[in-house]
Amino acid sequence: MYNFDFEKPSTIADAVSALGSEDAQALGGGQTLLPTMKQRLASPSKLVSLKGISEMQGICTADDGALCVGGSTSHADVAAGAGAYPGLAALAAGIGDPAVRARGTIGGSLANNDPSACYPAGALASGAILVTNTREIAADDYFQGMFTTALDEGEILTEVRFPVPEASNYQKFEQPASRFALVGVFVAKYAGGVRVAVTGASEEGVFRWTEAEAALSGNFSADAIADMAPGEDGMISDLHGTAAYRAHLVGVLTRRAVTAAA
Amino acid sequence: MPKDSGIGASPKRREDVRFLSGTGNYTDDIQVNGQAYVHFLRSDIAHAKINGINLDAASAMPGVIKIFTGADFEGVGGIPCGWQVTDRHGEPMQEPAHPVLAQGKVRYVGDQIAAVVAETLEQARDAAEAIEVDLEELPAVVDMKAALADGATKVHDDLTSNLCYDWGFVEENKPAVDAAFEAAAHVTTLELRNNRLVANPMEPRVAIGDFNRATGDSTLYTTSQNPHVIRLLMGAFVLGIPEHKLRVVAPDVGGGFGTKIFHYAEEAFCTFAAKALNRAVKWTSTRSEAFISDAHGRDHVTKIELALDADNNFTALRTDTYANMGAYLSTFAPSVPTWLHGTLMAGNYRTPLIYVNVKAVFTNTVPVDAYRGAGRPEATFQLERVVDKAARELGVDPIALRRQNFITEFPYATPVAVEYDTGDYHGTMDALENMADLSGFEARRKASEARGKLRGFGVNCYIEACGIAPSNLVGQLGARAGLYESATVRVNATGGLVVMTGSHSHGQGHETSFPQVIAEMIGIDESMVEIVHGDTANTPMGMGTYGSRSLAVGGSAMVRATEKIIAKAKKIAAHLMEAADADIELKDGAFSVAGTDKSVAWGDVTLAAYVPHNYPLEDIEPGLEETAFYDPANFTYPSGAYACEVEVDPDTGKVTIEAFNAADDFGNIVNPMIVDGQVHGGIGQGIGQALLENAAYDENGQLLSASYMDYAMPRASDVPFYGVDHSSQTPCTHNPLGVKGCGEAGAIGSPPAVINAVVDALRSGGHDIHHIDMPVSPSRVWQAMNG
Repeated sequence: MYNFDFEKPSTIADAVSALGSEDAQALGGGQTLLPTMKQRLASPSKLVSLKGISEMQGICTADDGALCVGGSTSHADVAAGAGAYPGLAALAAGIGDPAVRARGTIGGSLANNDPSACYPAGALASGAILVTNTREIAADDYFQGMFTTALDEGEILTEVRFPVPEASNYQKFEQPASRFALVGVFVAKYAGGVRVAVTGASEEGVFRWTEAEAALSGNFSADAIADMAPGEDGMISDLHGTAAYRAHLVGVLTRRAVTAAA
Repeated sequence: MPKDSGIGASPKRREDVRFLSGTGNYTDDIQVNGQAYVHFLRSDIAHAKINGINLDAASAMPGVIKIFTGADFEGVGGIPCGWQVTDRHGEPMQEPAHPVLAQGKVRYVGDQIAAVVAETLEQARDAAEAIEVDLEELPAVVDMKAALADGATKVHDDLTSNLCYDWGFVEENKPAVDAAFEAAAHVTTLELRNNRLVANPMEPRVAIGDFNRATGDSTLYTTSQNPHVIRLLMGAFVLGIPEHKLRVVAPDVGGGFGTKIFHYAEEAFCTFAAKALNRAVKWTSTRSEAFISDAHGRDHVTKIELALDADNNFTALRTDTYANMGAYLSTFAPSVPTWLHGTLMAGNYRTPLIYVNVKAVFTNTVPVDAYRGAGRPEATFQLERVVDKAARELGVDPIALRRQNFITEFPYATPVAVEYDTGDYHGTMDALENMADLSGFEARRKASEARGKLRGFGVNCYIEACGIAPSNLVGQLGARAGLYESATVRVNATGGLVVMTGSHSHGQGHETSFPQVIAEMIGIDESMVEIVHGDTANTPMGMGTYGSRSLAVGGSAMVRATEKIIAKAKKIAAHLMEAADADIELKDGAFSVAGTDKSVAWGDVTLAAYVPHNYPLEDIEPGLEETAFYDPANFTYPSGAYACEVEVDPDTGKVTIEAFNAADDFGNIVNPMIVDGQVHGGIGQGIGQALLENAAYDENGQLLSASYMDYAMPRASDVPFYGVDHSSQTPCTHNPLGVKGCGEAGAIGSPPAVINAVVDALRSGGHDIHHIDMPVSPSRVWQAMNG
């Protein structure tokens, strides 16, 4: 690990200011960034911890019924406190292991946008609003490919607002080594239609499987998407599975998620 | 009624108190006054010519003491190989030089280019990044068969090819074996790969070199399974330090699994640099570094053929194996695919004719050497897979086919040079069938089918050769070391004992089980016995711990030394009681005169030995300390039968282990709890190999699974609660304890059971599949099911 400065501000304004210096980097739970730094693959000049900002902590319900999760809320806290959105609570409860869930934050995960992370599927399938210190971004506009988001340099993800669906479920098929999602599928059924978001599978990162959404919006049952799978073009192919296997798993897991949710 | 002490009891492991409470003393816990730190700059290219190394900027970095390169080791010995294999034409294997730091070329990702010694580890790492290395990339040789093709790039320019040796065993049998195949009623053929593994002990390797300018003595603290072997190899072959000026200490060691047997360049470097710099030099491997610098295991590609007559008797076996050596020959690498593999190809069966061919191949990959089982898992896997396939082809029950061909008469001389002393293969199979509830399997299969899952049952047998072994035999086979074991038993004046053993415990529980043997022999409490190991300064020359040899060989040496102690103590007791030596009996820690009520306590005799006021000084020396070196007459041959039950999810290809039962014959057992633990751990590693672990290289020689993000280790949730049975016991006939060794059995016996079960499950689902290579990951299973 290279030397760096460290700040732990207590307000969003102070954090924004601290992030103004060159090569400064926001730190959530550090579950990705710190191992990367230990391997000398990242060298921020300054880490600005967002864990000391009380207004970015915790879970509440907005007037419109949306579940609002502060950007620095840990996975363990979402698992325990997001009872109003059981599908999301279950997703959080399945991330990593207890140590990861105690430290890792929703904001950190969504800002990093690992192509195999769980939260991007939950946020995209929910049509969540990602609130930053300067604006609100719709999930459909936020995820822009592997490790890429709409966030600007120094912009802080302060809160995520999840419209609560009528029914939802997240199915994760674990990569055997890392236990990240080899493929993960989040299905959310809203009055206006069904949204299906897939993580782990695509070289472009999390994506919506619109064919399945269309079929499920008319008939929310596994039968509606029997034998369906997305094309294998653009799917990740690696040691743990070919593109064809991942495409196949998307179909399997979506059917399982629908069955579990219905 | 279970015993509560001595042989057969299961006292809790005394060493676990310090391991579990953070008070162990591992090599990285050792801080030598004034120690500096070394960081190795390792090649990130698999094969390249070193055109130049510029140290100017790096040497000027803060804290840098000195940066070493291969040029600093000219005139210094290379890392030696401890076993020379002779090929089928009578020629010695090709043996490349293995410099401490790369000279001229780098040959695998991880090869050491330079070593930066600095005041702190971070300074050493910073400076390593400032070293300018001009590497001219060469084509990498990764695939073994491609490595042997005409015109293949050579890993070592001064060798004639990438072939280390072409070994035939038993070469004279080949024509008869081939003829038997011509005459066979049925031949079953199987091609398979035994996947490359990374050992992954919990404690990474560490080495600290120290030099005492006052005495001229060097000390190496290292994470080793065999400190005396390291002292001999490094002192005699690399650095030219006589053994009386070199001490090697291997304190608490957090798991070895074979990969800490070998002498590594980092050990030689730290010892060398400490003297050159007059500073202790410490190296602690990172986990990432371990993946590309610890010797890997397995990596065989095999074609095996089994010939049967019309009555399903095995008539001949023929194998053709390519064994990956990696870029250099690690300490015992040549022996693993040959003498530790070919000699086990008879397995538990009466196959009269066997021919084994092994081509060992150099590639641009991490060196490969012994890993838990070492050759025997490779032999067992291919044999038990081909027997299972034969049973399916012939439409006979796999257990019945095995039983029909079992060896039942002992001693039994196999056609592959070894003689099994004892065994009861039907006995272990009976025990297995009882545990595995075969009659209930169909109901369990139906229940799985009702849940949309395919259920499979797989069984296999294993035989292994442990307790390596008679020194004169292994010498003939090419070992450049003896393979006896030693023990010094020191009795203190007040009756306590210290056993200084040449065996080394790195998880096996010697500190608990060895005292049980002494307690049994003398009739005293185990707490009176202390085990000292791991330091060449205070233990007799020993060969260390691997090959499930500690109790069979090291324990036997301890028994022999203790027998000498008891014989001498009886003389002292006879003097004290004014009786004849021959009339003295030792029982429950007291000496008595047969047929009388005269008795003296153990402690009275030991005190007399050191305070010899009333003592037969004219006949015997004072003191009570004896040493024994024990060289066994033969290997030991543990055996067993294992069964695995799996469920396969046909939608995803995911395999789950639903049940695993193991019936082993380890001969006599000293501590059943420790033996259970050894079997549990071995099965866990075997399931890891079968389902999860895969050290995979790409065509450029980059290790794709170089961290836990991609290298899948088995976790608690991947394995079931095991059924373990050791009721079938045929004691070893040639060691005083009648023990056979249990450390590797689980890892040897479990992979074929898993794969046999997976194949059974898939076939039950109508898939015409005979084999899937390990690890049977979900994607591989799905691929196999979907063409």
